[in-house]
Amino acid sequence: MAGASHTRNWHRSSAEMWGLGYNAALVATGAGLLGAAAGITGTFLVLRKRALVSDAIAHATLPGIALAFLVMVAFGGEGRSLAGLLFGSALSAWLGLLCVGWLTHATRLSEDAAIGAVLSVFFGFGILLLTVIQSLNVGRQAGLETFLLGSTAGMLYSDALTIAVGGGLATLAALVLRRPMLTAAFDPGYAVATGLDVRRVDLAMMGLIMAVTVIGIKIVGLVLIVAMVILPPVTARFWSNRVDRVVLIAGVMGGLTGLLGALISASAPNLPTGPIIVLTGSAGFFVSLMIAPRRGVLAALLARHRYQRRVHLRQGLLALAHGHPVYERFTLRLLSRAGLANPDGTATDKGRAAAARALLDESRWQILRADPAQEIAASHYDGLRPIETVLTPDQIAQIDTRLAPRPLT
Amino acid sequence: MIGAEFVALSLPPILIGCLAAIACAIPGNFLLLRRQALIGDAISHVVLPGIVIGFLVSRQVSTWPMMLGAGGAALVAVLLIEVVRRAGKLEPGAAMGVVFSTMFAGGVLLLEQSDTSSVHLDVQHALYGNLESLIWLDATGWASLFDMQALAGLPPELPRMAITCLIVTGVTALLWRPLKLSTFDEGFARALGLPVRALSLALVIMAAMAAVAAFDAVGSIIVIAMFICPPAAARLMTDRLGQQVGLSVVFAAISAVTGYVLAGYGPLWLGFDNSVSAAGMIATMSGLILALAAVFGPRRAPRIA
Repeated sequence: MAGASHTRNWHRSSAEMWGLGYNAALVATGAGLLGAAAGITGTFLVLRKRALVSDAIAHATLPGIALAFLVMVAFGGEGRSLAGLLFGSALSAWLGLLCVGWLTHATRLSEDAAIGAVLSVFFGFGILLLTVIQSLNVGRQAGLETFLLGSTAGMLYSDALTIAVGGGLATLAALVLRRPMLTAAFDPGYAVATGLDVRRVDLAMMGLIMAVTVIGIKIVGLVLIVAMVILPPVTARFWSNRVDRVVLIAGVMGGLTGLLGALISASAPNLPTGPIIVLTGSAGFFVSLMIAPRRGVLAALLARHRYQRRVHLRQGLLALAHGHPVYERFTLRLLSRAGLANPDGTATDKGRAAAARALLDESRWQILRADPAQEIAASHYDGLRPIETVLTPDQIAQIDTRLAPRPLT
Repeated sequence: MIGAEFVALSLPPILIGCLAAIACAIPGNFLLLRRQALIGDAISHVVLPGIVIGFLVSRQVSTWPMMLGAGGAALVAVLLIEVVRRAGKLEPGAAMGVVFSTMFAGGVLLLEQSDTSSVHLDVQHALYGNLESLIWLDATGWASLFDMQALAGLPPELPRMAITCLIVTGVTALLWRPLKLSTFDEGFARALGLPVRALSLALVIMAAMAAVAAFDAVGSIIVIAMFICPPAAARLMTDRLGQQVGLSVVFAAISAVTGYVLAGYGPLWLGFDNSVSAAGMIATMSGLILALAAVFGPRRAPRIA
């Protein structure tokens, strides 16, 4: 007991350091843990190309929330217990997931149609139940709509604690299960060969996605929770090609998104938590889309540009070597900027030397490519790569003996 | 039930619901067969930022700026999904999830940040619409259907939805062969010289138009449900495209009529005073029809690969 109150005081002081209320700090912690769990688990869902299943799960929670409220009221409660509502939502989310699986396997509908059907029908039925509750006029029903878009305003201490503990447990479970989930998602055949039960791993993955969804709907809302599952993995994918790193980056990214989003939302009025968390995550996504090394848009443009310059430079040098002046504007600009050509398109001394080198390289390649025995080495030819990077000096010397008899120009 | 009150209070919403359901179900058939069923879901999510921007630009809750905004947002979303999918090398589902959740979140934030408290513009309205309020005050009985003066007082959503439905039906009929060919065998359609990409875009624009017009009248739940459930149920009944589209129209109309009637009168029959959400009930009915088709439909079995 003493220990608990001590930690609580410690938390309280660190929360005051942030200039936030204790609840807001707890909510931010919960959102961060939840984001981490969602990011890790989401990676496997996206790897299996089933990202939008989580949207169906999220929308399918609504009837469960409403029914749980009705049941709690029927037993004489106020119907406000978050744990009770979340339990109900988990049950109906599970039912929705079963329906998606059944429609996909037992009928000829494809999975996307099954997802759309379950999502819209469960959601519609949930809205129907909400209006039933309104007309019954029982219990403390204000606040059921907040599950649609999420809300942290006026959240009870116990609710915030439920979310933080749930998020922590989900992160822990995701970390423990990440090896088997990775194997099952990446190479099901190998997974089976090593004796892993892929169906059970899949079930565990879906269970985790469901847990994350159910815990998250109070903060982020069921319409938007899908973003917490999809955004971190697709963002992480830009930063690494190694799947184990993608998992960890997605976890960190999701955690940061949740934490930052919740803090930003608490810093000013009229900043709804769910949308702010989602927008923080998508800002991360779009920034990564632009600037990520290798896979980003800028990197691709830069690589394209660099390639274009090399092609123009090489072709310009070859033209100079054959004694043709260069007229093409872009090529000429590249050559003269490198001090290889004069403004009139003729070669400078430095340019003549470079041109001769380019021509020698090209001629060596031609001999290499004409030799059927050198097919593999010749396959490296792309009109740009210097032959020195492919052959040893001895091999080049051997080619050069065959260069001499033929006049070059 | 069948009297002056019915003509004034129930006939217009039932008709509007039917027309909206049919307008969404027709393009839904092709989206379903092309495995793009969730495009309808994405479009109906991004309608929200569209109407909010339309409202903020025009500073008034009038139909046209909001519908223009919604239509624009739908097109932006479709383009953005394509850009994100290619630039990020993502699967279509993930690209859709990224785009529609971002745009929807932006819409909610805009709504919270701008002063819309004085006007009737909120997320709830965007989700469930307000079918029950589309009443015809000028009607005094069945005779009003032939009274020009009374007809002028019809809720404007009715003619708008009728025109949308007509356009969707007309365009589908006009493009029937090329749409059918490019849906079932895109390679063959391309070999015949059909503009496959343009057809695909036309289909998405048609879906967006239906979604935007229907959303204004009935909210986005019905839109999503009607894009998918009636065509999916019809797909489990027949192998012929013509029959599938016809059946989907019938299923959509049945869902709309029974859903509205059950929502409006069901609770009264059970002894409660208030009606329940018509949009929710219509979506539920379409789900029931799909469930029946999935259990009993003659063509329900999965294809053996």
